[in-house]
Amino acid sequence: MSDTYTTDVLVVGAGLAGERVAVEAAKYGLNVIILSLVPPRRSHSSAAQGGMQAALGNAAKGKGDNPTVHFLDTLKGSDWGGDQEVIRIFVDNAPIAIREMAHYGVPWNRVKGGPAQYFIKGKKVEVEEDFKKEGLITSRDFGGTAKWRTCYTADGTGHSVLFAMDNLVVQHGIQVHDRMEALSIMHGDGKCYGVIARSLRDGSLKTYFSKSTVIATGGYGRIYGTSTNAVINEGTGNAIALDTGIVPLGNMEAVQFHPTGIVPTDILVTEGCRGDGGFLLDKDEYRFMPDYEPEKQELASRDVVSRRMTEHIKKGLGVDSPFGTHLWLDIRHLGEKHIKTKLREVYDICMYFIGVDPVKDLIPVRPTQHYSMGGIRVNKDGHAYNLEGLFSAGEAACWDMHGFNRLGGNSLAETVVAGMVVGKRVAEYSLKRNLDISSTLADKFTREVEDRINALFKGKGTESVAGLKKEMADVLTEKVGIFRNGNDLGEAKKLLKKIYDRSKNIKVKSTSKGGNPELTAALRLKGMIKLAMTIAWGAYARKESRGAHTREDYPARDDNKWLVRTLARWPEKANEPVLSYEPVGILDMPPGERGYGGAQSIPMKKSVKSYNASVEKLQKKNGCLDPAIKIGKEIKPGLWKKEVK
Amino acid sequence: MGRTLTFRIFRFNPYDEDSVSRIQEYQLEEVPRLNIFNALNLIRDDQDPTLMFDFVCRAGICGSCAMMINGRPTLACRTLTSDFSSVIELFPLPFFKLLGDLSVDTGVWFREAAERLESWIHTDEEFSVNETEKRMDNELANKIYESDRCIECGCCIAGCATANVYPDFLGAAGLNRIGRFMIDPRDERSNETWFELVSTYEGIFGCIGMMACEDVCPKSLPLLDTFAKVRRLMLGTGLSGKK
Ligand SMILES: Cc1cc2nc3c(=O)[nH]c(=O)nc-3n(C[C@H](O)[C@H](O)[C@H](O)COP(=O)(O)OP(=O)(O)OC[C@H]3O[C@@H](n4cnc5c(N)ncnc54)[C@H](O)[C@@H]3O)c2cc1C
Ligand code: SF4
Ligand code: SF4
Ligand code: FES
Repeated sequence: MSDTYTTDVLVVGAGLAGERVAVEAAKYGLNVIILSLVPPRRSHSSAAQGGMQAALGNAAKGKGDNPTVHFLDTLKGSDWGGDQEVIRIFVDNAPIAIREMAHYGVPWNRVKGGPAQYFIKGKKVEVEEDFKKEGLITSRDFGGTAKWRTCYTADGTGHSVLFAMDNLVVQHGIQVHDRMEALSIMHGDGKCYGVIARSLRDGSLKTYFSKSTVIATGGYGRIYGTSTNAVINEGTGNAIALDTGIVPLGNMEAVQFHPTGIVPTDILVTEGCRGDGGFLLDKDEYRFMPDYEPEKQELASRDVVSRRMTEHIKKGLGVDSPFGTHLWLDIRHLGEKHIKTKLREVYDICMYFIGVDPVKDLIPVRPTQHYSMGGIRVNKDGHAYNLEGLFSAGEAACWDMHGFNRLGGNSLAETVVAGMVVGKRVAEYSLKRNLDISSTLADKFTREVEDRINALFKGKGTESVAGLKKEMADVLTEKVGIFRNGNDLGEAKKLLKKIYDRSKNIKVKSTSKGGNPELTAALRLKGMIKLAMTIAWGAYARKESRGAHTREDYPARDDNKWLVRTLARWPEKANEPVLSYEPVGILDMPPGERGYGGAQSIPMKKSVKSYNASVEKLQKKNGCLDPAIKIGKEIKPGLWKKEVK
Repeated sequence: MGRTLTFRIFRFNPYDEDSVSRIQEYQLEEVPRLNIFNALNLIRDDQDPTLMFDFVCRAGICGSCAMMINGRPTLACRTLTSDFSSVIELFPLPFFKLLGDLSVDTGVWFREAAERLESWIHTDEEFSVNETEKRMDNELANKIYESDRCIECGCCIAGCATANVYPDFLGAAGLNRIGRFMIDPRDERSNETWFELVSTYEGIFGCIGMMACEDVCPKSLPLLDTFAKVRRLMLGTGLSGKK
């Protein structure tokens, strides 16, 4: 047997979600080990610049905010695809999460009483900040929100929160095994026993036995090739859950494109640019968003802005460049001081990577793959469907507060809130369960990984990892992008299937000892292709447009047929994913208008009551494990009515 | 236009007993806006799959990719090839444990430093779920953030004469971290506690103040200012004996 570790709680992923779960479990006196591809502070959470939503209502423009207003914004943002009970749990806990992180050292920006200058809807306005709120945590404007709700530390929010969190991890003495990649989930009889991992330092395999295992491996945007995501965001956590054959991934077709990836390099410049008053301009330097979205303008939800930009480019109004067509982001009017303090990262990125000085020049941008709403389907406790002892949190999970479109600032907030909520459930579960160690199980799963490695060394050698990866990414980008249609998606399915088959002929040529980067990449590729297939299969089947999933051939949101969540499984020995559907969750506020985007919808024929009556039964049928508190009990029925005028 | 670039790259695999350290050369056609991140990936994809290096964010944010580029420690992802002549030399950061070729173990070093410095807010107060947050002046929040911006890339330590002689030296990043907690009112550590931590040759008095660190810090942290503050506080505490 390879090196073996045992622990109460094993967390795969040292981003914000994973670390917050780990800290919670440690508070219960449990042993925790965290695995990570990279040192924790390098995790992609560190790259979030903009901020984190929580309804504190301290800033003048946030006055009157409360969790229910946040609930409404998030639900509309999700295009009613989210689980309303989870959204409720989230919005109620977000203020606590922010304040807790303040307690642990995050230097949130604070309210300064007196007159302040802001850019709102294209105009410079003076707003009086309340002296009574002086020194409390302030917030900025982000897309798709009724109030200014996004708390921030200048433009390094993710960095500051992650460092504070990792400080807690150090304080609690939690072990982190970095450069350690989970390659397989040990399971049997519907129970999870831990993982098999490979050291990226020396290439050796390790066995980790745990009472509970938490997948917090973040997003998988890199399967699109061009993405704002870090290069390590390749979805191995999701792939190994899919490999179990029984755990489903939820709503994989829900992929977010962010309006402002810079051209070239696809690095993100934060939504804070538009939140703080930046404009989108076309080739005539004309500000086009107010024509499409008179109310929200540049600050409609991301799916809407990205679509409008693409529409505008299709009209021939984009700017041609050697790196493809793009539009402009203009923040010059915010002034040098603002740009060099509150948007300093944006300034640095533009200067270093594309040689553009945003104080004086326009920034070339276009919509770029950014966020994965889909992920490992879990119940509201974060417990994976069908596999006891496996949990998931953060971007890797489909806890499902984002539905078909996530709001800016809601993801960082999700990681910390889910870390708290799921962490507690993980701890409760671990306290009840025994540590089961079985060398038979360890041998079986280790052998499977060894077989995979040997097969890669012995492959026919007709395919290269880099080549196949690029082909996969191109299919997704060209045919499963912002605007989709049945023809393209059908084509994408065929092409991906071929790429999947060809992945069996990869040969790893380098037998170099140690980490062997070629082997590392080759081991990931098949899982990436499988994820790509779940996206294409889900998108092809969903014959409606909802949030970020836009079908040219089915432009309306269809609440009659498609108010459901897609679940994708990959049964053992299957050659493609198998889809099933479940209700999105208990409905509190029935589907309605978002107030931006201008799309049509087909109303539900069923009553909300009868929809709700089927939720528990149908979710359980799909593998939902019983949560600690019965499904639907944490909704606060009708509270939203107070906030809808 | 189109230059042909020559990369001279340090190679050594400590996990392979047959590996010998050497310089290997690779040629690459330059394209507009080529940075070292793209260049190394092109070399690995097309020429040599064994080459080891680390990138994560590829946006100058995560601190993974520091290396010696023509003798200077800096972030490879945001370094453009056009800033150099056509010969570019890449070496791993000195001081840190070598994991292979250009990859070094900054993560473990910084974790140990965090343990040594007890890099967290020390307070007896419990977090209370129902209370509003403690107030803080926005200027102070910004000041704390200024020092909090360190991305632990290791450039300052690689460039520091003291660190390369005394392996236990906390380095600019370590001292900066101390400065960050010292000015944070939420941290209740006393000046004596700080004094014990930094008033040694591993701490602030080991620093010879040549400021190579501030020169190379890719985040332009005000290290000089921070050290001056820490020094002043420590001298005050040292002279007054107790506080
Ligand atoms: C450029 C950018 C800016 C953003 N800005 C914002 C913002 O302003 N506000 C906001 O709310 N959201 C923002 N987001 C989204 C948000 O940052 C992420 O969704 C969130 O940080 C994800 O956190 P996480 O903990 O789930 O995962 P991550 O932080 O990505 O961490 C994943 C962890 O898993 C580890 N891992 C992965 N696979 C394995 C494996 N197989 N074995 C072991 N370890 C593994 C990695 O090493 C890493 O530690 C932004 C995203 C991007 C790309
Ligand atoms: S000033 Fe010089 S000796 Fe002091 S930390 Fe910086 S580089 Fe090192
Ligand atoms: S102080 Fe600067 S150079 Fe040193 S580790 Fe931090 S960011 Fe890097
Ligand atoms: S890869 Fe993150 S700083 Fe260079």
